[in-house]
Amino acid sequence: MIRALMLAVLLLAGWEAYAQLSGIDDFILPAPTEVAAALYADRGVLWQNFQVTAAEVLLGIGVAVAAGVGCAVAIHLSATLRRTAYPLLVASQTIPIVIVAPLLVAWLGYDLAPKLAIVGLVCFFPVTVTTLDGLAGADPDLRKLMRTLDASRLQTFRRVEAPGALPALFSGARIAVAVAVIGAVLAEQAGSSDGLGHLILQAIPQFQTARAYAAVVVLSAFAIALFAGLRLAERRLLPWAHRSEGAVT
Amino acid sequence: MEAAGFSYRSRRGLVHALGGMSLRAAPGEMVTVVGPSGCGKSTLLELVCGLRSPDAGRVQADPAVYMPQRDLLLPWSSALDNAALPLLVRGVRREQARARARPLFAELGLSGFETAMPHELSGGMRQRVAFLRTLLAAKPVLALDEPFAALDALTRAQAQAWLADALARQPRTVILVTHDVEEAVVLGDRVIVMSPRPGRDLAEVPVDLPRPRRRTDPAVVALRERALEALA
Repeated sequence: MIRALMLAVLLLAGWEAYAQLSGIDDFILPAPTEVAAALYADRGVLWQNFQVTAAEVLLGIGVAVAAGVGCAVAIHLSATLRRTAYPLLVASQTIPIVIVAPLLVAWLGYDLAPKLAIVGLVCFFPVTVTTLDGLAGADPDLRKLMRTLDASRLQTFRRVEAPGALPALFSGARIAVAVAVIGAVLAEQAGSSDGLGHLILQAIPQFQTARAYAAVVVLSAFAIALFAGLRLAERRLLPWAHRSEGAVT
Repeated sequence: MEAAGFSYRSRRGLVHALGGMSLRAAPGEMVTVVGPSGCGKSTLLELVCGLRSPDAGRVQADPAVYMPQRDLLLPWSSALDNAALPLLVRGVRREQARARARPLFAELGLSGFETAMPHELSGGMRQRVAFLRTLLAAKPVLALDEPFAALDALTRAQAQAWLADALARQPRTVILVTHDVEEAVVLGDRVIVMSPRPGRDLAEVPVDLPRPRRRTDPAVVALRERALEALA
């Protein structure tokens, strides 16, 4: 942790020195101190737009997790769906979202709906894949045991597979968080009247580059906070997943 | 089980796991099966449990419950809930299931560990909880797949003692598969020696010795030698 901070400080110092000494224009590359100043000076407008983007990200992740878990469970329980729907899900990830985003905006309107669709689309797949792996990862001997206990398919799912897949679900959600912020910004740039993505898009042609960077800093900090928050929630909710198994003999 | 045969396809082609394997266990009897590794011992138990059907011959068995080699306790459930799993699966209410599992904890020296999570238990204790889970399945036949293979020698000797003890109190028909000839003689009423794959019964060694048996008892040692000879 301390080493990570030291590296960050070192990189920032290098950036500062380059920005100051090379004589590069502020509106092309602002120094970190200028970004910090913008962060403070523009705090009102940043906060206002952050709230919009944060809502999109959080709701979008909610949509993605619900859709991802739904797809994973359906595919896990149905061999037919595994053959038919899974390839379509994979195909959905090859959609160039940058190009589709404006089309979705044109279709779904200027407000929240297209943002949720885009964030959901970029985020549900990691959740689906990791959850599906988690469900399929139940020990074969444990399945045998459940069968000799006359457990039905659903009981095995409920008592063994589903709880066992929760850590994988959390891993998928952590991956999703990182891309959700990018998805929200992309969606805003495709058509929006507020949000940090919109702010960045406006700031650059107005030569307020420091403000654009400040918005990026806010977005990154938000993503890191979400990531850490998920980690914490996972440790709280699934304490058993973080203990080395069979350490005591 | 009479002249049962079983083959399955693997990536390396057809595997004849069992061929002409015969085994008979009387109610309440403990039959131990020893054989070289890969002789189809696990397949034998899968047939007994009805997890697979034989390609040849005939398998007839009362309902059996399977106890795997590793304890495979559910890490998110307490020891008590793990033991009560068969009851919960059968639809018994949680409180009732726990009430029925609790007295058995004392019998196996697990009092005070009811609410412990699996990772808080030692390997030997985990195996005891796994055995309680097997008992609570309330099936007439227990199919134990090298249940103590993962334990160290000292813990294993203790485990054999509590197993014999628990079965004396709650008699069941037991098929115990092991690669440890000594364990087979110490625990079994009869020892069946299996051939290498495709596995079949090579020899039968009756063990008419009083319990508890000691591994150093000359009679046990003699029978162990007999079984080892049959294996070689």
